[in-house]
Amino acid sequence: MSELDATRNGSVVADAPRKTPGRRADARARNHPAWWAFLVHRLSGLALAIFLPMHFWALGTALHGAAAFDSFLAITRQPAFVFAEWGLVTLLAAHLIGGVRILLIEYRPWSGLRKDLIALTAGGALVAGLAFALSLTL
Amino acid sequence: MSAALGGWRVQRISAMVLALCVSVHLVTMIFVVHGGLSAGAILARLHGNAAWGLFYTVFVLAAAAHVPVGLRRIAEEWLGWRGASVFAVSVLIGLMLALAGLRAVYALIGGPL
Repeated sequence: MSELDATRNGSVVADAPRKTPGRRADARARNHPAWWAFLVHRLSGLALAIFLPMHFWALGTALHGAAAFDSFLAITRQPAFVFAEWGLVTLLAAHLIGGVRILLIEYRPWSGLRKDLIALTAGGALVAGLAFALSLTL
Repeated sequence: MSAALGGWRVQRISAMVLALCVSVHLVTMIFVVHGGLSAGAILARLHGNAAWGLFYTVFVLAAAAHVPVGLRRIAEEWLGWRGASVFAVSVLIGLMLALAGLRAVYALIGGPL
């Protein structure tokens, strides 16, 4: 008799010690594409949330005229800024496609973890990042 | 906490708006970054342009609604910070993002040249 059957039959009391970890999340649950999709979505969202106030502040320098705005943009042409910019574009694309995956799972009659959409997220983010890098360097 | 304040629906509805806005934003960035950004080119595209002004206003407001819910989820699940205080702080962050974002939109659309 399985543990589930035992529970149904009432032969296992609720607080009896379990023989197995059961449904408790362990390393196996994390070594899965859907968990990595979750982590990428959360960390990209956090990075974008931290970036956003700086983005708005930077664009706000245009209030002091085009010259002030341009002097800020000159700073952002340093390699470190360009690299961060490219990273943020890639993360934005990943957060976008990963977010659409969540909306499709929740609002459309599509069941499952949609690993195809996880693959699309990775591929789409890569394409967007490469397109941005290509446009930047041409 | 009631469903309306929980933020689940706010996050999803704003995500639908953002999906469109971010798509436009990504394509725009890839085109305008061509050879690096310049203030002249950005202002020439945006200054006095009501359509871009409306687009970025919607974009900012959707982001300002979306970000606080995500940050709150992280605070709740990873930091164990729950309840009214985290809700109040996240709403404050949303309001500040909206203000800063609308200021940036004004700077680019209606600010000085």
